[in-house]
Amino acid sequence: MKLTVNGDEREVETADHESLLTVLRERLGLPGSKNACEQGECGSCSVLLDGALVCACLVLGAAAAGREVRTVESLADGDRLHPVQRAFVDMGAVQCGFCTPGLIVSTYALLKENPEPSDQEVREALSGNICRCTGYGKILEAVQRASAGMYGR
Amino acid sequence: MIIPGVSVHIGRDVDDALENLSSVKDATLLAGGTDLLVEINFGRARPTHVIVIDRLDELKALDRNGHIRMGALVTYTRMLADDPGSAALREAARTVGSPQIRNAGTLGGNLGTASPAGDTLPVLAALDATVVLRSRAGERRVKFADYMTGPKKSVRRPDEIVVAAEWDDAGPAQTFMKVGTRNAMVIAVAGLALVVDRARRRVGVGLGSCGPTILRAPDAEKFAAGLFDEAGWDRRMRPTEVARTEFGRLAAAAARPIDDVRGTAAYRRHVLAVMASRALARVATIA
Repeated sequence: MKLTVNGDEREVETADHESLLTVLRERLGLPGSKNACEQGECGSCSVLLDGALVCACLVLGAAAAGREVRTVESLADGDRLHPVQRAFVDMGAVQCGFCTPGLIVSTYALLKENPEPSDQEVREALSGNICRCTGYGKILEAVQRASAGMYGR
Repeated sequence: MIIPGVSVHIGRDVDDALENLSSVKDATLLAGGTDLLVEINFGRARPTHVIVIDRLDELKALDRNGHIRMGALVTYTRMLADDPGSAALREAARTVGSPQIRNAGTLGGNLGTASPAGDTLPVLAALDATVVLRSRAGERRVKFADYMTGPKKSVRRPDEIVVAAEWDDAGPAQTFMKVGTRNAMVIAVAGLALVVDRARRRVGVGLGSCGPTILRAPDAEKFAAGLFDEAGWDRRMRPTEVARTEFGRLAAAAARPIDDVRGTAAYRRHVLAVMASRALARVATIA
């Protein structure tokens, strides 16, 4: 099947019952999206599918044919981190790092629609991403920093 | 282990999907994937033929003109962003999953899965909604009250697709409540929808996660209708503590809950009574 991944049209085989997450990680060499709960609870596999934030583990690989996927790998410009990534590093919002790619994609999805979210809006937007290390305080601070970074404030 | 092969058909339009559905035995429909993929990922489902119906544009329509027709592919996110023709449905959509789940999950998926914990379903019950099913033979309409037959069981035939739900605009006096352990990503321990259609002088109460199907609470509905008969259907009302408690008791009495991993039957009855009482107080002041 063919699909567009991070701007490039890719042709890929998918096996039976394989999720888009498996296609991305194991067939297309994009391990940024993480595999944890496989039931849409943790948000570690968050990607943009035709612009909408979804869990890649809940998309049947074969059903993604013809669609456009953006993963966390698309955010950085070469060695230059995206402002959302930069903010997570600067604010120490990363501990073990496993949930980070998903949180970064969710944060990007939020800030692209809502440049200056309130604290409540941030909490709502990240409610589908679970972090078991940091306790979220630094993550919330990183989102505010990212908002400033993305929009040059 | 050899897993039998799966074939996947991506439906172009409703006719194409229905034709494929009628040509294959044991086909599985896939819309947003938030239910089916969990079953697949955990090895509980091994569908041999999947028909992907997420691109059937006709089913994305949402028509409101006194009478609402919501296409099966309207997502929870759209129920929040667009006026979905029911305030209670909007409240229910807000409690579903997370942004990721709400972007993918659909009304038709909730109906197709037909779980007693489906959050939009108590609202459809309280609205006295109709489910629209289509096969190659044509469309048929089923009252939501007759749609579910058991946990994850419905009258939908294997050759049919849920294409829409329809209901009359019941006005603003309606609400949805849900009890769960968190504010996000929570499957309802119990849910309740209350609709007071002041223009049609009708009260609807829908109960979720409190029986093998979504249930109505006819005695509670009659009791509340009596309160509005007395106070005037077009007027704001403050129901007495006694009336609210009785309404809660009658709503809880209609439940047929079980003990399970999410809660006990006794707890479910308790929270239903509390939610019903609060819902009545909230809705009675909206006119």
